[in-house]
Amino acid sequence: MDQVIAARAQMGTSLAFHIVFAALGVGLPLLVVMAEGLWLRTKKRAYYDLARTWSKGMAILFAVGAVSGTILSFELGLLWPVFMRYAGGIIGLPFSLEGFAFFIEAIFIGLYLYGWDRLSPRAHWLSGLPIVISGAVSAAFVTTANAWMNMPAGFRLENGKVVDVHPIAAMLSPPWAVEVLHTTIAAYVVTGFGAAAVCAFALLRKTAEDRRDQVRAGLTIAMIVAAIAIPLQWIVGDVIARFDADNEPAKFASLEALFKTQRNAPITVGGIVGNDGVRYGIVIPNGLSLLVAFDPNAEVKGLDRIPENDRPPVAAVHYSFDTMVGSASLLLLVAIAWTIAALRKRAAPRWLLIGIALCGPVSVLAMEAGWFVTEFGRQPWIARGLLRTSDAVTIAPGLDVQFYGFSLVYVVLAATCWWLLRRVGTKPRGGERTDIARSAS
Amino acid sequence: MTPVLGAALVVLAAIALYTVFGGADFGGGVWDLLASGPRRDAQRDAISNAIGPVWESNHVWLIFAIVTLFTCFPPAFADVATNLNAPLTLALVGIVLRGAAFVFRNHASDAVTLARSWTLVFGASSIVAPFFLGDAAGALATGRYAWTSPFALSVGLFAVTLCAQVAAVFLLRETNDSALREDFRRRAIRATLAVWIAGIIPALLARGAEPSFYAALTGPAARIAIAAALLLGVVVMLLVARHRDGLARVAVGAEVLAVLGGWFGAQFPALVPGRWTLESAASSPAMLEAFLIAAACGAVVLIPSLVLLFAVFKRGAGAGTSESATGQLH
Repeated sequence: MDQVIAARAQMGTSLAFHIVFAALGVGLPLLVVMAEGLWLRTKKRAYYDLARTWSKGMAILFAVGAVSGTILSFELGLLWPVFMRYAGGIIGLPFSLEGFAFFIEAIFIGLYLYGWDRLSPRAHWLSGLPIVISGAVSAAFVTTANAWMNMPAGFRLENGKVVDVHPIAAMLSPPWAVEVLHTTIAAYVVTGFGAAAVCAFALLRKTAEDRRDQVRAGLTIAMIVAAIAIPLQWIVGDVIARFDADNEPAKFASLEALFKTQRNAPITVGGIVGNDGVRYGIVIPNGLSLLVAFDPNAEVKGLDRIPENDRPPVAAVHYSFDTMVGSASLLLLVAIAWTIAALRKRAAPRWLLIGIALCGPVSVLAMEAGWFVTEFGRQPWIARGLLRTSDAVTIAPGLDVQFYGFSLVYVVLAATCWWLLRRVGTKPRGGERTDIARSAS
Repeated sequence: MTPVLGAALVVLAAIALYTVFGGADFGGGVWDLLASGPRRDAQRDAISNAIGPVWESNHVWLIFAIVTLFTCFPPAFADVATNLNAPLTLALVGIVLRGAAFVFRNHASDAVTLARSWTLVFGASSIVAPFFLGDAAGALATGRYAWTSPFALSVGLFAVTLCAQVAAVFLLRETNDSALREDFRRRAIRATLAVWIAGIIPALLARGAEPSFYAALTGPAARIAIAAALLLGVVVMLLVARHRDGLARVAVGAEVLAVLGGWFGAQFPALVPGRWTLESAASSPAMLEAFLIAAACGAVVLIPSLVLLFAVFKRGAGAGTSESATGQLH
């Protein structure tokens, strides 16, 4: 395998794997803390059982997230040493800050998971809050590093050498705010729909008849998070699209598959992406000009403005983008339908439960596709305008063996994880030796 | 103190804390693999209970050392990651499987075959990870990156025995069962002997094969540190034999720090001997200062949190914990 392809394949697989666990690691603590908080308030057993069940899932997911994140921190150096030599001294700060946030997460996850019997109920609930906060904060810090890769800032180049480094300016490169919001909200979207889907699936299959209250409570809590997060995600996504149109024209032109710079630019959905245009796509006339500038006559930059060897792989970016938007549309519709049903105080009908169950995998698909958009859309650069991906790769041998080896590890981890989580979800309540009377007093 | 030195101290502190606490967790895995006798399952339960609440935060010291290295000393980090790609990848596989296997086997409790398989993975990967981390450290210390050299491999072996020793000593205070405690006491004494033997091998090998590193080891700073390590090894042995388990914990921690002191003392101020010094690899002063300020702010949040964690779980011998595998691994 070609060195760059092997390194990208390994990094891509690692990120695609980790991002799921990372998102659940950010979102699940919120759900667990909500459930436990409701138990403290209402003393209803269902909420307690729900918090215990979810926290078991959280234990497994967080551990896999921690170790797969470790793979990434190693791979930065093992696969992209040239990039790290360049970038470490510019964009290292958010990684260091993320290190502290991860510390707080790991400490309080230990306290939370093992503290059910050791801490008072209130103290135990409080020990969950730092996990919620530091999870979101660590996602935010890491995303600022990705924002920098899209628009490197906080330094000058003098005869090819990096000078005048401003770590804070690097961390706060132009896209940081929108990217951080988009990534963090994605975590809540995925966790909300993911947890809701598990509950909906259990209700549909009637596998949890003895714990119906618990599953219904889980569905409601998870859907509240999902129904708040998904509209926000649409708003932020819309802001990002306009940001990209102005600041990352190559990415924007690729995701919209706009080959020619033009006024009255259309939106093209789907189609077959060729070398200089899209065939058979669904065309919305003037759509893109309206989207970008609220003016059908506005000019939108196309790929013809981008030198040929600086263009991203258009088809991959375009299809990923359509997948993201399409998936997110389904998520939004289901969230609206659920909200209407909930406001009318009606239990979700069967067709809605099916929709919610479907939204679990679809939300993951949306997140992965969004990740592909930003990563493929930045190519051929690893740090846009500064360093090409092909120049950043290691010279160390054996990358193809590593790729296959780690892929195998991911398959084994994913399969075991899946199997264990199913047991956590389907095993009847119990197994905890906690005396509920003691905990509730 | 210059910012470069400050950043170097942060790296050293992170490596030291990872070696003691992360090392103890790996050592726990070693004893899990070697669990035997009539109290085999009880040994494993004690190990699970001891590691469970803390291994994830202990693991973060490694992440922290890595990000500090690439933030503050990026060219040296890139050089090491390129030349020690293979042993670091192998260590990484061990680290990943160890963490995953530990959680999997605890949650697979009543699925016997699965729990057994992951228990085996947990033990084996707890040897693989420190072995290759030690090997990489040995290869780095000589400046030659020769990770398959007998010297580097012997450092790997030494690292594994060190982890096992720390774990056995730490485990003495993780159980109320006196028979179980005596199991760990025997192991602590054997492991201390193993550390001495495994520690002599790299020294002998360095004398023949790594003359420049051997010369550095006989420099004043390294010499004091090594003498202290040897002395502390004897102290650990005596304290363990006399049932002074609390003091033995402190002594074994100090012994590990002395071993690391010998290594750091030998190669200071080189980051990679013959290739990178702290100065030549350092990021810009602006970056180092920003990092040190961030680290100081982070420490304000981190230290009380760590104290809380250890106060809740490590005060007094191992009472039962709710997520543990107690009585479930049969």
